[in-house]
Amino acid sequence: MGSIAVSTTINGDNVEFLCQADETLLDVLRDRLGLTGAKEGCGTGDCGACSTIMDDRVVCSCLILGAEAEGRSIETIEGMANGHVLHPLQTKFLEHAALQCGVCTPGFLMAAKALLDTNPDPTEEEIRFWLAGNLCRCTGYDKIVRAVQDAAREMREGLS
Amino acid sequence: MVAVTLWGGLVPFADNQKTIDVEASDIRELFQKLSEQYPGLRRHFKSDVAVVIDGVVYRDNWSKELTEDNEVFLIRRIAGG
Amino acid sequence: MSFDATYQDQKFSAVGSRPVRPDGVDKVTGRARYGADFNMPGQLVARVLRSPHAHARIVRIDTSRAEDLQGVKAVITAADLPDLSEGDQSLYDTLDNCLARTKVFYDGHAVAAVAAIDAKTARTALKRIEVEYEVLPHVVDVDEAIKADAPVLHETIFTEGIEPKPETPSNVANRSEFGHGDVDAGFAEADSIVERSYLTEQTHQGYIEPHACVASFNADDTAELWVCTQGHFVYRQKCANLLGLDVSKLRVTSSEIGGGFGGKTHVWTEPVALALSRKAGRPVKLVMSREEVFRASGPTSATSIDVKIGARGDGTITAATATLRYSCGPYADIWAELGAMTSFACYDLENVKTVGYEVLVNRPKTAAYRAPSAPMAAFAVESSMDELAHKIGMDPVAFRIKNAASEGTRSSYGPVYGPIGIGPTLEAAQSHPHMHSPLETNQGRGMACGFWFNFGGQTCTDLNVNEDGTVTLAVGTVDVGGSRASLSLVAAEELGIPYENVKTVVADTATLGYNDMTDGSRGTFSSSMATISAARNAITVMCERAALTWDIPVEDVVWEDGHAKAVGVKHGNLAPLSIQEIAAVSGKNGGPIAGHSELVADGAGVSFATHICDVEVDPETGATKILRYTVIQDAGKAVHPDYVEGQYQGGAAQGIGWALNEEYVYGADGRLQNPGFLDYRIPVCSDLPMIDTQILEIPNPNHPYGVRGVGETSIVPPLAAIANAVSKAVGVRMSHIPMSPPRILAALGGETEG
Repeated sequence: MGSIAVSTTINGDNVEFLCQADETLLDVLRDRLGLTGAKEGCGTGDCGACSTIMDDRVVCSCLILGAEAEGRSIETIEGMANGHVLHPLQTKFLEHAALQCGVCTPGFLMAAKALLDTNPDPTEEEIRFWLAGNLCRCTGYDKIVRAVQDAAREMREGLS
Repeated sequence: MVAVTLWGGLVPFADNQKTIDVEASDIRELFQKLSEQYPGLRRHFKSDVAVVIDGVVYRDNWSKELTEDNEVFLIRRIAGG
Repeated sequence: MSFDATYQDQKFSAVGSRPVRPDGVDKVTGRARYGADFNMPGQLVARVLRSPHAHARIVRIDTSRAEDLQGVKAVITAADLPDLSEGDQSLYDTLDNCLARTKVFYDGHAVAAVAAIDAKTARTALKRIEVEYEVLPHVVDVDEAIKADAPVLHETIFTEGIEPKPETPSNVANRSEFGHGDVDAGFAEADSIVERSYLTEQTHQGYIEPHACVASFNADDTAELWVCTQGHFVYRQKCANLLGLDVSKLRVTSSEIGGGFGGKTHVWTEPVALALSRKAGRPVKLVMSREEVFRASGPTSATSIDVKIGARGDGTITAATATLRYSCGPYADIWAELGAMTSFACYDLENVKTVGYEVLVNRPKTAAYRAPSAPMAAFAVESSMDELAHKIGMDPVAFRIKNAASEGTRSSYGPVYGPIGIGPTLEAAQSHPHMHSPLETNQGRGMACGFWFNFGGQTCTDLNVNEDGTVTLAVGTVDVGGSRASLSLVAAEELGIPYENVKTVVADTATLGYNDMTDGSRGTFSSSMATISAARNAITVMCERAALTWDIPVEDVVWEDGHAKAVGVKHGNLAPLSIQEIAAVSGKNGGPIAGHSELVADGAGVSFATHICDVEVDPETGATKILRYTVIQDAGKAVHPDYVEGQYQGGAAQGIGWALNEEYVYGADGRLQNPGFLDYRIPVCSDLPMIDTQILEIPNPNHPYGVRGVGETSIVPPLAAIANAVSKAVGVRMSHIPMSPPRILAALGGETEG
């Protein structure tokens, strides 16, 4: 069985692992690195529960091969907070009750972070279409959108 | 003496009677007395049945008391989701 | 011990506020562990072999080549799960659904399973299992399945509930009937009658987390199961029964659950994982793929419903009937019966008759989906109500108010109602601003009401006062949507302490007494009742400790604002003792302080809602956009309003998906064509607007705070509310759910053809 040696950066740390050619980045994160924050909801890139950020782009980690992580910079939900200090998006999701079962929440937070990193003042429509790749079955998205709007506002005010 | 109405599915097991008068002071006794009179009902009482007393559904509390002027219905034990 | 659950009007200090939930930080940091996030040392990976045929006899299974593969530690078939059901048909059906015993009944029905050292080996092993099938004719459509020449699934099923009992087997498992009065006489009195048939397609609960578990069978015949479930005690019972284990020997821990909505109230692969672990002698992890979830867990019924309603010119309904055909998959259950019970539950009718037929089809076993069977019946009835209102020239809300059930109404399913809230929700809808905003071309507004039962059930809680005066509350009702926050509020309210000082956790089956599963909108209702009871028991203990400390009679001690206080002039010099002070000396004056409650929370009552919806239909593409949506529902008392709103919005969103897009598509070969989220299209963020909610609070007389269950009712009105809106927008009555673009275009096209 030919394993591939991969050297990458995850949440700012240098990480090395071995994986099979057909293993996805999601498999590697969950089964080899113990980072179970990203979830497998479908395995086919339709639900976004596995969303991670790779070189500043939000991707479905179930559609990325583990080997493709070579030399890249990966961000997962486990690295979103700064030690004990939550990211404004994480805080606002809690304040707005933007999660019920919470299984889609890591994916939404990753996707929303990628949005606000590129567009700090999105309209409601822009938020909804950006997050259209993340499925939630519990909330109807109302409180999720409000949380993102509130986090964006706070982040903008924090900068000025 | 309480008048108990059965849902359609139980009627064949009670000699085709829909409403039966039973001497019972609580749900447990009601099931006991009905089972004695109509043995075919016994297996339904184990897990299939809920009791509606004056419009309120009781699924588990077999100690719930019954009085003469209660309206008592036996309905299917409902599943939720 | 008996607990008085009667409602007491009171002013709340904690209940009704909106604090952050105690399990929240774990969920936003990825730390929370769901079904697939747990691993045991030495665990094997399991995979299930599933039938590619909709209906077939299993002639032969040869697993030897799979067993020979290096790395495979166990292969099982139905032979490894002996029949211990002893005449319990429901248990036998569950057993047969876990692993097919003689026939496969649907595309995806499990026939064998393997446990191997890794996923790749397991997949390879599956390919080495040889199954010889004798393919049989299949039937997947509910109306086709009742025809005399339809392929019969079970030769042993003869329709129950009809006289005389049939002599030939069929796919109609049973007939149920409800109602009262004389419908023929009633229709004769009507000035206007509408009569129409409706169809709804099969949908799935669509939880984002697939079923997952880790099962470990130990050498001493004990076992452990880590699993995502709505009811770990129920799963324990079922798995113990199926595997021939004493219930006390099986410990089930519920992980965080990534959605259930009824689909995780039944076991699917868990007994298989336990059986594999028993055979292999190692822990086994079994996670369903998304495709398997669609093909082989428990979607809803597909339905075919005929409704007839007649009314006088003044709007009084004189007669109403419904005939409902509900598919149940390969095993009979109560789905048609529930539909027949709920159809006209909102109304006060002199003459009503509903008949339900439970129909077997070659589709997966139907499971509960949030207010099971009610949404489809409500779709048919509320559509007809709208049509009839229009026919007699009456406003649809006024028409419903005129015929609404109230206290003292004989329900269409039998019992007389106590105090209920349908009138208030309709009146609130009538005066809601949503009803009066202007509409433009291709837009339409619809409304509908809905009803669902709420349950109580067996509930235990343990409330422990820690030595520093903080409180740990252990509950057994699985938290599907934030109930730990609500329960912490309730404990804080009763004890008079800050919310932050209460920590609520969900215990496993070994550490708490039996709890019914989280279904029937019972989670907060029943656990809050048990929490109040446990808190009051703890308060009794703390008053006794205070009395001991002060050396006064316990009758002179009361509990107020988190303190024990001595009442009476002669005790005037005794300063109140805080919970911290009492707890700090607990080790010296009697031991740890706790309150327990084991009760049956019953008398939950019923729950009503009214929804209003505005849509815009694109006549070129047939696509429907939801412009505005309002949910009005009675919660009795909203313990944590954010989570009550969340339930209203979530149920509405599922209903919107069901109304517009979601359906199981079968090919001519009886195979499911769309077992994935790409083609089984649930609503995404860009499909929906903000969803407005209005929480009414009409106290439930059978709960100390007036709480009613809220989780399910909000999925009942949307199908009809949206169908009524779309029908207005396109000028054609829509009678087939989902109203996907092709169906709308067909309706529009048909209209122009005249």
